[in-house]
Amino acid sequence: MKAYLGIDVGSVSTNIVVQDQAGKIHAGLYIRTMGRPIEALLKGLRQVGESLPPDIEIEAAGTTGSGRYLAGVMVNADVIKNEITAHAVAASLLVPDVRTVLEIGGQDSKIIIMRNGIVTDFAMNTVCAAGTGSFLDQQASRLNIPITDFGDLALSSASPVRIAGRCTVFAESDMIHKQQMGHSLQDIINGLCEALVRNYLNNVGKGKEILSPVVFQGGVAANKGIKAAFERFLNLPVIIPEYHNIMGAIGVAQLAGEEVRKTGGTKFKGFHITGLTYKTGSFECGGCPNGCEIAEIYEGDRVIGRWGARCQRWDIIN
Amino acid sequence: MPRVTFPHMGESYRSFKMLLNDLGNDVVLPPRPSKRTLDHGVRYSPEFACFPLKILMGTYVETCRLGAEIIVTSGGVGPCRAGHYGQMHKKILQDIGFPVDVVVFEPPRFHPIDFLRNIQKLNPDRLSYRAIWDCIKRAWQKLSALDEAEKLTHVVRPRETVPGATTRAYRKALEWIDRSYTSKEISEAHAAALEAIKSVEQDPERKILKVGIVGEIYVLLEPASNLEIEETLGNLGVEVERSMFLTGWTKDNTGQETHEIITVKDAAMPYIPLCIGGHGRESVGHTVIYAKRGFDGVIQMAPFTCIPEIVARTILTSVSREYGIPVLTFFLDEQTGKAGMSTRLEAFVDLMKRKKWQEPGTGQAAVNI
Repeated sequence: MKAYLGIDVGSVSTNIVVQDQAGKIHAGLYIRTMGRPIEALLKGLRQVGESLPPDIEIEAAGTTGSGRYLAGVMVNADVIKNEITAHAVAASLLVPDVRTVLEIGGQDSKIIIMRNGIVTDFAMNTVCAAGTGSFLDQQASRLNIPITDFGDLALSSASPVRIAGRCTVFAESDMIHKQQMGHSLQDIINGLCEALVRNYLNNVGKGKEILSPVVFQGGVAANKGIKAAFERFLNLPVIIPEYHNIMGAIGVAQLAGEEVRKTGGTKFKGFHITGLTYKTGSFECGGCPNGCEIAEIYEGDRVIGRWGARCQRWDIIN
Repeated sequence: MPRVTFPHMGESYRSFKMLLNDLGNDVVLPPRPSKRTLDHGVRYSPEFACFPLKILMGTYVETCRLGAEIIVTSGGVGPCRAGHYGQMHKKILQDIGFPVDVVVFEPPRFHPIDFLRNIQKLNPDRLSYRAIWDCIKRAWQKLSALDEAEKLTHVVRPRETVPGATTRAYRKALEWIDRSYTSKEISEAHAAALEAIKSVEQDPERKILKVGIVGEIYVLLEPASNLEIEETLGNLGVEVERSMFLTGWTKDNTGQETHEIITVKDAAMPYIPLCIGGHGRESVGHTVIYAKRGFDGVIQMAPFTCIPEIVARTILTSVSREYGIPVLTFFLDEQTGKAGMSTRLEAFVDLMKRKKWQEPGTGQAAVNI
């Protein structure tokens, strides 16, 4: 059976999807990037490669996420796409008439407005990352409760405490202050969920026309407390797709499929690359006053990718 | 000979250098803003001052270390902090041990005497007003040639068949213009420059998007401050039209306002009926005009914490809705990363492509499977 491979290398998680032409997911993997994108990707690919039924043949491969270029040269992707487009495609694949996509990931949050299956507007957090997944993660570990329990704890609260959500550090000070005052943990966690949603809607969602159906995806969508807070603030039902945490990978798998239908065949190297060694390095170019920071990746001892230059000096000529 | 310097704004330094030399000054050329410039700028500027203040601060520290004694800069119109930056920079530079003088040119339309007095400060050779006027005319001619060449690259780059060919031709053309001196030489270099850029091999069949760029003047004119957004867009197959060039801006602020700026103010009238400082009103007016001219999108560039552009941004939401034109805003400062910007630009280009051509990859094709 022919299938598409989608890879999303993000700040917090690395996700890999194998989806057939009918849209069925044969593998959907979510692992932590832990600051080592290459290792995470190789580990993920190894797991997916081993778990796939032998009759599955990868016909197209695509990468997205902040590590998309890195992953793209490693697997030789047919398409390297930004995560905004990938998320929009995935949302409209699973909820065809979707008009609003809320996405909160590890270090960024975005809103995508769609009309008739087409993206008409989007926004991404710019100067501030308060209220993204990483912050919730940190607070969970500070309170010593598993992040997976966060949502249930929030739902069990009757009266959320108001937490200042503008800045991550001040939100933390405010939470500590509320703890010392004697508020219950549940109410504080629920308050944090509300603060995050308030900040999102006032910042990323500012001026956007949020219409139903609203799809909420990204790692943070697993948090029931945030979902409930969105529903309270928007006064609309919020849909969380089954594969909410690997939507980027699903989207880019689709896009890769479309690309290969145009080009005729995949460039994907195959799962054997998990046996190769990859290493990265960086240096500052002294060619001109720009002082570009060049990063490069080696497969064995061959350079396969370089980034960060403003001119063609460091382009790789094949 | 007094050692004179000025802010770095795109390629305009080539013209200013010639003018100040002609008047008998020793010019200390400002280097292209780099990470080092920003390090100095951030170190000596108030944190919440806007990006242009920081970049200029860094540039001045660099040029003062090279021995600059006089800094020439422009003032401001309307309620915008930038109008005080000349004085602010002077105080800070003197505090950190550079005894510089700052000559601030306010729009001569409103401050004619001040303008002439400033000119005399930069005229150690004691040229007559007539001779000065001739020098200014030649500098203006050079500035126009530089602007025209840059404008042309915005049209050619998205159509080039060899990546980087336009930029290479442009670099060469800049050198020709730079080396020209007499009026005749400048006009020859001007023509040769346009010819060289035009003759870059292009694909006339390529489907091109057209985007207007609006925003605050410094981040529009200095590519080092906007992470070379125009070049990046060109490489993504987007033709860019920038709402502001130094020649246009100078015309509007010296003699009579041009027809163009009056049209822009009219276009902004329903949204912003008065000057709110900086280029807030112009950003709105230009967006309306771009929408009416059938552009595929508009990008607003603003320094972080810039009040006029924050006001404009809020209003652009309704302009975008009423005219059905996508608008993307970037707030820039020393924290802005190129990766984040590229992601947003790529997504914006995808959005415009789909809106225009309903290309596959909309999810439309995916849904139909």
